[in-house]
Amino acid sequence: MQSLTNRAKQVERKPMTFIEKLYLWNILKGMFITFSHIFKKRPTVNYPEKTRPFSPVFRGLHVLNRDEEGRERCTACGLCALACPAEAITMEAAERKIGEENLYREEKYAARYEINMLRCIFCGLCEEACPKDAVYLSETPAPSNFTRESFIYKKEDLLIPDPKTETEELKKAKGLN
Amino acid sequence: MYTETQILKETSTSLLNGEGELVINVGPQHPATHGVLHLVITLNGETIKKIEPHLGYIHRSIEKMCESLTYRQFIYVTSRMDYLSAHINNHACAMAVEKAMQIEVPQRAQYIRVILDELTRIASHELWWGALAMDVGAFTPFFYAFRERETITDIMEETCGARLTMNYMVPGGVMADIHPNFQQRVKDFIKLFKKNVDEYDDLVTGNVIFQNRLKNVGYLSPEDAISYGCSGPVARGSGVKSDIRKIAPYDIYNQVQFDEVLETAGDSFARYLVRVKEMRQSISIIEQLIDNIPEGEFQAKTKAVLKPPKGEFYTRVETARGELGVYIVSEGGTTPYRIKFRSPGFSNLSALDHISRGSKIGDLMATMGTLDLVIPDIDR
Repeated sequence: MQSLTNRAKQVERKPMTFIEKLYLWNILKGMFITFSHIFKKRPTVNYPEKTRPFSPVFRGLHVLNRDEEGRERCTACGLCALACPAEAITMEAAERKIGEENLYREEKYAARYEINMLRCIFCGLCEEACPKDAVYLSETPAPSNFTRESFIYKKEDLLIPDPKTETEELKKAKGLN
Repeated sequence: MYTETQILKETSTSLLNGEGELVINVGPQHPATHGVLHLVITLNGETIKKIEPHLGYIHRSIEKMCESLTYRQFIYVTSRMDYLSAHINNHACAMAVEKAMQIEVPQRAQYIRVILDELTRIASHELWWGALAMDVGAFTPFFYAFRERETITDIMEETCGARLTMNYMVPGGVMADIHPNFQQRVKDFIKLFKKNVDEYDDLVTGNVIFQNRLKNVGYLSPEDAISYGCSGPVARGSGVKSDIRKIAPYDIYNQVQFDEVLETAGDSFARYLVRVKEMRQSISIIEQLIDNIPEGEFQAKTKAVLKPPKGEFYTRVETARGELGVYIVSEGGTTPYRIKFRSPGFSNLSALDHISRGSKIGDLMATMGTLDLVIPDIDR
């Protein structure tokens, strides 16, 4: 039959033989290949029970780093917020008072530091921009949650446990035990 | 052009218009369009008389967004255009910025870029292969394709830091050096993949049932392929030489030996064969490069803030779907004045109406499958 617009064109190909027209051989061949996979190694992981380790360079949730003495490294310079293509980072700077030297490493610190994980595209530019090695992308993938507010990570959520006072928590966070 | 009210009128109140034609909607949410593509199809019985694609459902104004981002930042937004070849998109943008800034990319970075490009191409073709087989009714190939694709995404995760939107390119090179295991893992993958691609041929390519679904379906003549601006495997399936890696070699593509796969039949099966053969070509490119990655810097020294001179810059690369062009207009500031992406998916989709007219509605899925449409790439 001629097509409606006369645009379709027959492509010259070899006609099928009777055996091919039966399709039987091809069905059996396909069945055999799929059947042989029963005996092969399973490529899947039983996910909730077993988890696959992520590579060390994996860009997951952010953490705010502390130095060896447990002082916050972040000085609220705002370079990470400037480098962020998604404008996910906001912060407020504050001045360190006398007596807080064991809390913050330098005179200026971030009083408020928030990352909106819904906006974040996990590109790693904040990590690259940070001059104080304060913000890092960890190996934890972003979890799911029910509310939008719960995706705005405050400073308390981002800071790693204090290596001096919370050694157990730090070990746990690093997955060492 | 249809307006939205006209569509509603045609589809809800009078499905049959005066001439006995039936207007149906495929999409925006349809499993076979692999995204939010809306096709308004006019049928005469089972025969397609007209197809009108409606775009805009996933328009995120990436081009406009790029105008407010700096030259370092905008590269990462483009991963979201053609998410299956995210690395190649980033490559094109990084190349455009390098051209504007006249940055020379170190040899090591070029090798890493090309190897990862080809891995991305294989991963993209794998997904297309599985999805096409699923569109025409075979379910198992989808799992087999994802099994191998998983190996590639693991390699990507280990080296680039993410599985799908890699964000590994920076102007002047790559973000970090490759993982020590990278070469070994790629070699393991090649060994595994060579065996498996033969299995693909056994299971699908050689299958007469599958061939009958694709042969003589969706014929695109070379003249039409050129006039619609088709590129990539769609054009090469019609016998049009369109491989940017051959026409205008970028990075180290002029140093590697590979064939541009051409098929002359022009139907869906020809486009299928082009992609399957391209996977083997990609493997041979990776094999030539993987042992010879030169030592040295992985990133050129660049300024912290990139300010290209005033002018217009255009680069093009071959993604898994065809030619991607990046056009930057710079006014000398920190952000581009205008960015335009020439995406392969848009041109390839424009040929869909032409090649489907006169064929049966059942063949439409095979035709669309072999055009390899990625909707975020069409809409941006």
